[in-house]
Formats: sequence, C-alpha cells, structure tokens
Amino acid sequence: MKIDGGRALIRSLEAEGVEVMFGLPGGAILPVYDPIIDSSIRHILVRHEQGAGHMAEGYAHATGRPGVVMVTSGPAATNVVTPLCDAYLDSVPLVCITGQVPYAAIGTDAFQECDTTGITMSVTKHNFLVSEAADIPQVIHDAFHIATTGRPGPVLVDIPKDIVDPNNPNSALDWYEPTGHALPGYHPQLDGDPADVAAAVDLLLASERPVIYAGGGILKARAAESLREFAELTNIHVVTTLMARGAFPDDHALALGMPGMHGNYTAVTAMQEADLLIALGSRFDDRVTGKVDGFAPDAKIIHVDIDPAELGKVRLAQAAITGDAKRVIDQLIAELRRRGESGADTSAWKAKLSGWQERYPLTYEQSEPGELLKPQYVVEQLRDHSPEDTIMTSGVGQHQMFASQYWTFRHPYTWVNSGGLGTMGFSIPAAIGAKVGMPDRTVWSIDGDGCFQMTAQELVTASMEKIPIKVALLNNAYLGMVRQWQEMFYEERFSEVHLSHDLPDYVGWAKSMGCEALRVESPEEVAPAIEKANDINDRPVVLEFRTDPREKVFPMVASGQTNSEIMVHPSQDQPGAS
Amino acid sequence: MTKHHTIVTTVENKPGVLARVAGLFARRGFNIESLAVAPTDDEAFSRITFVVDVESAPLEQVVKQLDKLINVVEIVELDPTESVALELLMIKIEAQDPSGLAELIESFEATILEERGNHFLVTMTDDSVRLDDFEERLRPFGIAEVQRTGKVALRSLDAPER
Repeated sequence: MKIDGGRALIRSLEAEGVEVMFGLPGGAILPVYDPIIDSSIRHILVRHEQGAGHMAEGYAHATGRPGVVMVTSGPAATNVVTPLCDAYLDSVPLVCITGQVPYAAIGTDAFQECDTTGITMSVTKHNFLVSEAADIPQVIHDAFHIATTGRPGPVLVDIPKDIVDPNNPNSALDWYEPTGHALPGYHPQLDGDPADVAAAVDLLLASERPVIYAGGGILKARAAESLREFAELTNIHVVTTLMARGAFPDDHALALGMPGMHGNYTAVTAMQEADLLIALGSRFDDRVTGKVDGFAPDAKIIHVDIDPAELGKVRLAQAAITGDAKRVIDQLIAELRRRGESGADTSAWKAKLSGWQERYPLTYEQSEPGELLKPQYVVEQLRDHSPEDTIMTSGVGQHQMFASQYWTFRHPYTWVNSGGLGTMGFSIPAAIGAKVGMPDRTVWSIDGDGCFQMTAQELVTASMEKIPIKVALLNNAYLGMVRQWQEMFYEERFSEVHLSHDLPDYVGWAKSMGCEALRVESPEEVAPAIEKANDINDRPVVLEFRTDPREKVFPMVASGQTNSEIMVHPSQDQPGAS
Repeated sequence: MTKHHTIVTTVENKPGVLARVAGLFARRGFNIESLAVAPTDDEAFSRITFVVDVESAPLEQVVKQLDKLINVVEIVELDPTESVALELLMIKIEAQDPSGLAELIESFEATILEERGNHFLVTMTDDSVRLDDFEERLRPFGIAEVQRTGKVALRSLDAPER
C-alpha cells in the first residue's frame, strides 16, 4: 500500500502504542501534523517546546512508558535540547521527533535550519537523520526500542520535510510493519554473570555493616518489589537516592531515606561507615558521594548497573555486575536461597543506625506568629492532607530538597524530579505529563518562585487541555538555594538572587492562565487551602505559599567536603562537636 | 607518564559515525593520538583505528563509552605484542646536498615516488618507531612537508585465540 511519509510516521507511532504526544507545530513538521487530526493519538499543544519535553518526561516517569515529543526544526529543536539532556542524565525514555528542512536544503543555512542531530548527539542515547521516506517505519521502531531498553534514554528522530510532504514524490513509500531491528551494535545485557552474582553474595555474607544504595535504576527496571524482597530477606537497610525516592517505602523499618548533600544524617553516615555498599541502579553521583576520595572509606562495593560504563567509573567495585536491576536482584535472592542464607549478623550495626535516627531526625523550627511560613511545614501539610498515592513533581532547588526530605514516599513512581541535570522549571510541565499519564491520581507540583517563572506558561496548556494539576508554589522571593550558598559560603554577600514576593502577582497570573489560585500566608490557612485545592478537579490550582527566605536546607555536606563533615540543623548538636 | 593504546573499532557505515566517536572523545576528555578510518571488506561497516593516550583505568572508560554508541559494533584493544601495526609516511625533501640520501632511503626500504633534481617525494610504511627514526635521519637533508596516516593494526596470526 502506497502511503506518504507523514502518514507513515503517525501510523508508526500508533503501532508503537503511543497514546499521547506533546508538541507544537511549525513549518518543517507541518505535513506530519495534518494526519494527527485523523489519528487516535492525543496531541497536547504546548506553549513552549521545552514544556513538551518535560511533559513527556513526567509522563514517562509516572507511567514507565516512553514520552513522545514532536516539534519543528531550528529553534524548536534547540528548545528541546534542555529536556533531552535532562532525560539523558536521568535515563528517561523519550522519543523526540523534530522537523528538518528538505533533505536537499540541509547544509545551506535554510530558514529554521539547524544541525539538530549534531547539536543533540551528546544529549541523546542515539539520534537519527532520516534520509528516505521508506526508512521511517523502521527508524521509528528502532527509536522506541533504543529509548526503552537497556539503560533508557532519549532518542531523537530528525525528519526532513520533503520525505513527509505528500506533495513531494520523495515522500511516497510502500507501508510495512517492521519486524525486528537492524542494530548490530546494540545488545543490552540483562542477566548478571552468575560468577559475579556469587561473588556479590560472598561479600554480602561477610559484611557486618551493609547498606543497600538504591538508585533510579530500581524504578527504571520496575524492581521495587524485588528490592523490598531482597532487603527483607537480608535484613539490610536501604537508602534511596533522589532519583529512587519511592523505590522503597519510607515508612518501612529498613528505610533510611535519602543520602547525599542534603540527605538525612543517618542515611549519609550509614553509607560513610558501612563496610559494604550494595549499589543497585545507582551511579555514585557527586551529590551522593561528596568528595569521592573520602567517600565510604571502609566499604567494599557491590555495583549492579545495566550500563557497564557506570561500573568502575567513579568507584571501583569488588563485585561489578552488568545487568537489569530487577533480574540481578532476583538472581541475588535466588543465590542466597540456594545457599540457605539470608544475611550476615548485623545486630550491632542496626543498634548504631537506630541511635543515629533517634539523635538526628530531620528537623526545623516552626515559624513565630506573624512570620512567613516555613517551607518544611508546607510540605508536611501537603503530605498529611493529600491522598497517599499522590504523585509529587518538583523543580530544582531548596523546595526540591524539602519535598524529598519531608514527603513520605510509600509507592514507586510517585516522585518526579530533575536529578542529574537539575533543570529549574521542570516541575509544572512534568506534573502535566504525569497527570496526562495517570489521570486518576492527584498530582502536586511543588515549585519555587524562580522555577515557576521559567515554565509557568504551561499552565495555559493545562487549562486548555483540562489537565487539573495542583501547584504548591513556595514563594520565598529568592533563588533560595543560591541564596543559601551565598549566605553560608560567600559571607552573606547576596549577589543577584533576590526576586520578589509580590512581582509578579502570582495569584493574578495564575488566574489569568485559567487556574484557581490562592495566596496562603499563615500556618492555620495551609491545611484548608490544600484541602480546597484537592477538591478542585476541573482546572489547575495554584497555591502560593509565602515562605521565609532565611530558611536553609539541612543537613548539608558542603561542596568539596567528605560526607563525614555533614552539618546537621543548627538546633541539633553538631556531630563530633561535643 | 603517558601510555598509548591501540583500539580498533568496527562501526556501522552510517552518516555521522565519525562525529559521534570524535565527539565522545572530546566531551569525555579522552586524548586521541592518531585516528584512521577506512571501509572494511563488508561495505556496511567501516573500521576506525585509534591510538589513545590514557592510563589503564580511563582506558576501560574509553572502551565502555565507545561501546555505548549504537553504531559501534565491535571494539578490540590490541596488545602491541599480539598485533601488527603499520603507519604510512609521505615526506617531501628539498635537499641542499643529497649525498647519502639515496643510501639512507634504501637502508630503510623506503620508496622514492617522485624525484625532481634535489627534490624528492618519499614514502615508507612501517611501525611508528621506525617512521620516527627515518624522519629524524632525513631532517638534516631538509624536510619540506610531512604527512602521516596514523596507525592501522590487525591482530597477529600468532596471537593466542580469545
């Protein structure tokens, strides 16, 4: 059957099971937008292409299915570079279709031409420039395969206009459904080498102070249940990195919470004093390790990762296992069962951990009457007055750390944030994408005032498309995390960090974008406002909480320090001080 | 101390492959000493031979990161003791006094491609050390231009099976 490239592209997306895509049309991609009218795929029209990318990421985080983005050439392609890089660093499966000038015009500096594949080469798992219409079905099939298998990531497909334009003879092809992939250089290894698994179990059984260091790979591998079984079988405590919040329930007796620069004292110190770290889908990121030379000095390492390049990249592992986190955890469990073992005797270690938990809980001081709200209080109230399976998305900065610290994550895929790239403005579009993918769930976007101003225009998208997300805007009138660093490390010389509590008028702005909006200034107003927001399901809601800019995120490991030099909240005795 | 490793990669013969490989080296901070690209007996694949200048731990990263490129099909790190590596040199000599030059060229089994009076275009294919040596010995005669290809290599017939 003869078909044109544009229709073949949409049909290929349908064949991959795509239900929704996020995008914005323009000149070079115009022919592909025409068949969208007749397609089963829902298209969400964004207000800026960056929003489309982060929505697709939010969708992918929440559902596990690949997010799909479609935009035009040139400036649209450059506008998706940030979400592509974000998805690359956080291993989010995305397929991004970009329009391109006609093939013959490539390289001539044509209108809205840019070297999209060249620009995105280093921020995608792979990209394609399609030269012939007949290649479209196969390339789309390959793109989804690459994006979703192995270590997931973004794949970009650049499509010249002539091969999708029905008025151009170059666009004609005989439709076919691809079978299989012609990718001779791509063979992700899923099962761990049994010898390495056995070596890992040997290390585990010999350890006295083991900690499971669970990363985002647990979620990507859908391995949360296996992780829980493994932790319970071995009775080993679990830290969940920023990318793994929700991968292990925070209210579980073996949960230690988040490690790293703003991790809680027990999680950070447990890793630091461990004699064995069982790294599962985690990558020894600098925000977790602090100064690498002084990180977990006594620990042997079991490192499981689907990406062999992560093994030994930062820290040499005594047992390095390439494989899918779920499969390898199941192999570890099977090996332990085969040996009739569960774990080593760690009772002394456990006593130490619970001592730390008791001595150094997360803490803050409640605001005095008349003072601005404490951001931690707002997060606690959100947590206590929202459904247990609420999906929380976050931007980047202090509000992100408060959210990760003070929310109680009980379920996987309830936390959506920008970890590796640290993209301000991620929260609102990610929340829209998550809500589109999980329409029956409450989705709260926690955001800072700096972040909000970067992507708030997508609330128009949410209103128009009837995507009722809820935004908790922690307005402290500052770029809060930068302010914190300037206060602590630059002698309180505040350089270019002041925004404003009042400009813009957030409530007025939100209302103008079709949202319900409320300003909240005192503690007793917080819970009722949240409850009111939770009851609104026909449009987006923005709650602007006026928060105290002086509040800082603790604990903190200063940049360049080892994790042994962790600073706890000033109201607590500093470790080693007395 | 620097150490040179020869890495031979088989890549899919697709547009942009060289840019992917070169870009990877640049952004991961790996140093390329030399690089040679050519088709293989199968037109679907090309071979890129690199000499990289790394310590042994980063070398593992080089190989693993290269392997992540979808178009890279195979990577072999060649041990110098188990491989044959050659490089081609072309050199233009504008001699003031060519006496002894012909003997030198002959002793290195190099070939004179062109000869115009005291100007010579000479080529030689050998391992890099001998090429360096040859180049040094030619220097007193007056080198006008030098072109070298970078190393290509194959595993030796005598190398143990792996």
